[in-house]
Amino acid sequence: MTQNIPIVENIMNANDKLAQTNRARIDAAGVFSINILASPGAGKTSLIEQTLPLLKGKLRVATVDGDIATSIDADRAAAAGAGAAIQINTGGDCHLDAVMLYGALEQIDLTQFDLLIVENVGNLVCPANFKLGTHKTVLVASVPEGDDKPYKYPGTYRGVDALVINKIDLLPYVNFRMDYFQQGVQVLNPGVTTFPLSCTTGEGLDAWVEWLIQNAKG
Amino acid sequence: MHELPITESLLKISLQHAEKANAKRITDLHIVMGELASMVDDSIQFYWEIIAKDTIAEKATLHFRRVPAELQCMTCFEKYHPTDKELICPKCHGVGAKIIKGEEFSLESIDVE
Repeated sequence: MTQNIPIVENIMNANDKLAQTNRARIDAAGVFSINILASPGAGKTSLIEQTLPLLKGKLRVATVDGDIATSIDADRAAAAGAGAAIQINTGGDCHLDAVMLYGALEQIDLTQFDLLIVENVGNLVCPANFKLGTHKTVLVASVPEGDDKPYKYPGTYRGVDALVINKIDLLPYVNFRMDYFQQGVQVLNPGVTTFPLSCTTGEGLDAWVEWLIQNAKG
Repeated sequence: MHELPITESLLKISLQHAEKANAKRITDLHIVMGELASMVDDSIQFYWEIIAKDTIAEKATLHFRRVPAELQCMTCFEKYHPTDKELICPKCHGVGAKIIKGEEFSLESIDVE
């Protein structure tokens, strides 16, 4: 005889619960944490590289870098001044999940830091589904990717707390309609904090750094 | 490819509930999937056949109930279905909308024997 068992359970529950555990751990240490999402090549690691020297003497920073393979990103973060730089190799997975961050946090004495930067795997689809437990999610978009990205990846764009628009030094050379881009962002994420900047020229980095400091000290 | 861990989660939840009910076999899964949930049902089906093998959920049929995206404009309060290229309100062209439907992703029920 067939029986129907009602469940109504969010399929992401297991991950979400562990994300809460991560958050509790981060909060207990009094650390401000961000999860950086972007497509490959948007400039996540460059942003971290440019940001760390500007935070020197102001915030103690730990980084967790997710990639399918290699420790290139963690090495770059360590060279730029991260007090701890943990590399997670996902071994093929296209995103970080709460379990992976949990494992990385085991390797960091969070009480020694003010800011935890988690650099997710370069991908605009999958990471949006997996909460990690960080306080804010930051999306790094970049001018050469094109102005249609908010329309193509609404799931990622609507879920972020801050948006960095990198490579603005390339605006004169690329057909990027800032109005159309911003409109796509504003529909689903009205009033999201936006930082247009260039990791190459350094333009706009001050406002971004100030935002990190305010959040970490607030 | 994020569908693999999600399918594993689906199997785990189903097996837990079936075990509680002392079921011998899981025959059907009823899944609700919003258009904005960024999930591909074909991928879930593909992974399911691999990971459910040799469990009591082997051969279970997956049923997907799709929920179309629905937004509500926060300027004129029009409810509308967004298109691929345009997310703004078709009536007043306002930006700033609330998602009313389309983000759902849950396991509603399972049928067991």
